[in-house]
Amino acid sequence: MVDEYIQGKNGKTADKQPVLEVRNIIKRFPGVLALNDVSMKFLPGEVHAVVGENGAGKTTLMKILVGAYKPDSGEILLQGEKVAFDHPVEAQAKGLSIVYQEFNLLPERTVAQNIFLGREPSRLGLIDFRRLNKMAEDVLKEVGAEKMFSPSAPVSSLSVAEQQMVEIAKAISLDAKVLIMDEPTAALTVTEVQMLSDLVNRLKGRGMAIIFISHRLKEVFDIAETITVLKDGSLVGTVKTKDVQPGDIVAMMVGHALDHYFPPLGKPEDFGEVVLRVKDGSNDFLKGISFELHKGEVLGIAGLQGSGRTELAQAIFGVVPFKTGTIELHGKPIDIKTPTTAIRNGMGFVTEDRKAEGIVPQQPIRDNILLTVRSIQPIFGMTYKDGIGKERKLVSTLGKQVDVRTDSYDREAQFLSGGNQQKVVLAKWLASDADVFIFDEPTRGIDVESKASIHDMIRDLTNKGTAVLMISSELPEIIGMSDRILVMWDGKIAGELPAKSGEQEIMMVATGHPEQVDEQSLTGRKE
Amino acid sequence: MATTSVPRNQVKQILSAIRIPPVYIFLVVIFILGGTLDLLFSDGQMFTNPAITMNIVVRSVALGIVAVGQTLVIIGASIDLSVAYLISVTAVMCSYIMQGDANNVPKAILAVLGIGVVVGLVNGLVITKLRVNSFIATLGMSLILSGLINATFSNYTGSVPQSFEYFGYGTIGSIPVSIIVLLIFVVAGWLLLTRTKFGAHLYGVGGNREAARLSGLRTDRILIGAHVICSLTAVITGLFMVSRLRSGAPWVGPDGIYDLESIATSVVGGTAMAGGKGGVWGTLAGVLIFGVLDTTFNQLGVNPYLKTVLRGVIIVLAVASYTFRAKKEAA
Amino acid sequence: MTTSTVTQTDSLKVIRSIWDWIRRIPPVYPVFLVIFIAVGILNHNYQTANGIMTFLRRVSPLAILAIGEMMVLATGGFDLSIGSIVTMVVIVSSLLLHNDPANALPTIGIMLGLGVLIGLTNGLVVSFLKVPSFIATLGMMLLVRGGALYWVGGAPQGYLTDNWRSFGRDYLENIPLLGRVPYALLILLVIAVVAYLIFHRSNFGKQILAIGDNVRASQLSGVNVRLVRTMVFLISSVLAVIGGVMIGGYGGVNVTIGQGLEMQTIAACVVGGTLLTGGKGSVPNVIFGAFTMEAIFNLLNLLGLPKPYKDVIQGLIIIGAVAYVSLSSRKKA
Repeated sequence: MVDEYIQGKNGKTADKQPVLEVRNIIKRFPGVLALNDVSMKFLPGEVHAVVGENGAGKTTLMKILVGAYKPDSGEILLQGEKVAFDHPVEAQAKGLSIVYQEFNLLPERTVAQNIFLGREPSRLGLIDFRRLNKMAEDVLKEVGAEKMFSPSAPVSSLSVAEQQMVEIAKAISLDAKVLIMDEPTAALTVTEVQMLSDLVNRLKGRGMAIIFISHRLKEVFDIAETITVLKDGSLVGTVKTKDVQPGDIVAMMVGHALDHYFPPLGKPEDFGEVVLRVKDGSNDFLKGISFELHKGEVLGIAGLQGSGRTELAQAIFGVVPFKTGTIELHGKPIDIKTPTTAIRNGMGFVTEDRKAEGIVPQQPIRDNILLTVRSIQPIFGMTYKDGIGKERKLVSTLGKQVDVRTDSYDREAQFLSGGNQQKVVLAKWLASDADVFIFDEPTRGIDVESKASIHDMIRDLTNKGTAVLMISSELPEIIGMSDRILVMWDGKIAGELPAKSGEQEIMMVATGHPEQVDEQSLTGRKE
Repeated sequence: MATTSVPRNQVKQILSAIRIPPVYIFLVVIFILGGTLDLLFSDGQMFTNPAITMNIVVRSVALGIVAVGQTLVIIGASIDLSVAYLISVTAVMCSYIMQGDANNVPKAILAVLGIGVVVGLVNGLVITKLRVNSFIATLGMSLILSGLINATFSNYTGSVPQSFEYFGYGTIGSIPVSIIVLLIFVVAGWLLLTRTKFGAHLYGVGGNREAARLSGLRTDRILIGAHVICSLTAVITGLFMVSRLRSGAPWVGPDGIYDLESIATSVVGGTAMAGGKGGVWGTLAGVLIFGVLDTTFNQLGVNPYLKTVLRGVIIVLAVASYTFRAKKEAA
Repeated sequence: MTTSTVTQTDSLKVIRSIWDWIRRIPPVYPVFLVIFIAVGILNHNYQTANGIMTFLRRVSPLAILAIGEMMVLATGGFDLSIGSIVTMVVIVSSLLLHNDPANALPTIGIMLGLGVLIGLTNGLVVSFLKVPSFIATLGMMLLVRGGALYWVGGAPQGYLTDNWRSFGRDYLENIPLLGRVPYALLILLVIAVVAYLIFHRSNFGKQILAIGDNVRASQLSGVNVRLVRTMVFLISSVLAVIGGVMIGGYGGVNVTIGQGLEMQTIAACVVGGTLLTGGKGSVPNVIFGAFTMEAIFNLLNLLGLPKPYKDVIQGLIIIGAVAYVSLSSRKKA
């Protein structure tokens, strides 16, 4: 279907001239060759995905394309002409736009004000609001969002997916010929991904070249026509999506074929007694939550955004506690009103957003790993001088166990890659001897190899007798990792499905029942 | 794919638009409270005696003008702690140059405006080019200004000619000139923030500096502009003060705690210290609240030191009324 | 042949690691050394043990204040009330003493009690009312200053008795080598040791840094943020009381005595490498930051610059130190 679009417009794809081309790009940083003789062509009306592990060079390439970095050598050609950018604003002016993973929006300002920041229509310095809103309205039409929200709505009142549309609208208003999207689907629900996919098709129809940087191969295969794989700064290959399988791509990315993405599931005989039992838990958001978690099992929590998955984790962990109902750990009822209680009772919570909630960035890795342990100990308990004694052993043992790649544990945590930071967070909880782990989006934004590593570690934990509650928006991850699946909807547990259930079955439960489908489920946003 | 319901979004937008910022509610409450206390414990003249009522507003003029400038700076996610001493410098230099002679008035005004521009520029440049935290940069500037003024003058210096006292004491009809000036500044500030590109860009710079930069905004210039405007408002306040005191002394600024109070009135008025949000009308309400409180205390004969105590408590409680509902921990 | 190459690389390694160690020395130490030597050259008194002890007597209270403020800064907050606390300690003590030495200890006890109350209030307002510490301690500063002046009726009501003043003014005599050692220095040393253990060697200290770095992650890792924050404000206020006793002891009663002290203290912390955004701090470094500030003021005095220039220089130093840190960290990134 995708190919029809292109051929319908331009006839043979082979005749199209690239709107953007990079030739022989080389970029060095102190001690690292980030990009080594990379050449790519980006055709109009096509989605070209760039995939690769962390450190493969995707981010560097992206930054060069938008003008944040300058290549050491090589050329960038825009519509056949050589260009060089000193500042992202120049690239933007020439038609290269980017939508970052963390949006660059002003939450307190309106949609229109955001889209046209710096380019407001004005007379003698005074803004013409009517024109501003009209212009915004026009752009929103192009994006298909004109019915979803108005140009004078404050951005803070919009959902993540809607904010992304504002970002894309901004790009269109800048007459972008090339749109780069950095992990665009990472924070979207399944329905929203579909919305984005439709939007991308509209953009393709306008002749835009779209560069899609993502770790999520499922979406890459659904949306992109061409895939380029980068590895260690070099171009491994550029292929047409229809010619390959995901397995081939992964093999190109890591240089060896992974025989499976996911470790084998647990066997029902191996699951032990009930470790965590929640009966009728409710608070402002959740209603009547009841379930059991067994020793040694991975319980997957699926559901659309806003269904209450993170709220469930937060309730169990004492961040936003239940108001009624009971929680039993190892058969004992426990009143969990703060994270400290949860931690002292052997729970660990690997949160969704490691940068904001997982690591303390300016502190050494060592102190990050020891943070929870130290919180449980008496407040004036003495610590060892960094690098000696019991603590040092603990840190290095755990560091090796989770495979943190670093030259020293004294390095500040902020300098690690996303995947390594996630491993440090995991080590932190291992240090506190947690036997019930809650994972919220454990591999979001992480490269394939670290992903597999973390999945292996999760299964390793359960094999050793730990119980795991895993929340994920990635259905392949839910299906690949869960021994049982709970599906949430509207703050309730809508259903329980066995291991290896199909995506469709899960989605049906996650959207309520088909006859009850309404806008809430389609937008995935809880009001 | 079904379309989402527009009505639900619109309702939310309308609700947030008509939500009245708490500061106006406080203002009404304080008015009522002050009036009641005045009737019960004093001569009840606070709102009936035009002289005293005018006093409330005139007291507010000094703080109000500089608070408008401070609001701009805070919206830009910056802060200006040097205003108090700049007010002092203005007052002293002004009366020193004027020496009671009306012919010197234009010279003096130009001189102090010039000083204001320089101070604002330096503040802005140190913050943007030397990348120094604004708290530190303006704090440092205040120390420098205080040192310079205290080193050169130790007491009231020079004097202001009769003609200049018009600013502080003059009236047009029965309305003091100073109040008109205050209103001009507030309206000008409001127009600047809401109707001009500069204002829109200032909100951008304060809300998300990176996003602003990536949109091609010259964030440095905008911030420097805000600081220059703030310093100029401090200068105007200084001119007002010296016109009322008839002479300038080094302690004029710090005595009025204009630095902290201009910040407090802005925050109380709804301008977040994090930047990107707020406005001058809220600040004006905050200033009036402080003015009414001050006059109420005077009517009740409250010891001036207790006034300071109450001021401290009120500032904290007023800000707390905004923040206690917050989910995020404060710093 | 091979042996000599091995020794060459070995000695290169040693030189390299010494150089690395030198590079990592916080700038406050060499800066202080240079300035103090300059002071010593201009005034030979400072080359004697006596002169150095005099210097240390004067600077100890600022160092103590800096330790407390540093801990608050490390949590990402500010404590602007310490100057008013010093004012309160000095002028209210002059009232409570009734010129009677017997009242000295009870008076100090009352002051410490007030310090605890003030610190507790600061901590609770920031933790539970979620008021930014800048505003909360600013309000407290007004409250304490107004309250203290109200209490004494606007003017000091007596003098500070000799025994009350001994903490800040007197010396321990007949110490070998050093001659006389000021009590102030001894108090500083005790506090410094305890503070070092608490901040660098205990869970509490690590949690302070974690909170200043990322409060959300700290909460989710089980750190009791409210408790730690409140305790840090408590420490700051109590240390301000102690500093106040020492300052009053040294300088006598004076209504304006605490004014501007919080800025001086923050300057000392900044010079000592504390980041205003939180997450970094060090007890020994800020002590030397205080030393450096005092040494600079001494230098200015010796160079004949009148008092108000002290403020100008202070301002330039603060800006300079922060600009230096800020620009150099950009280079690293």
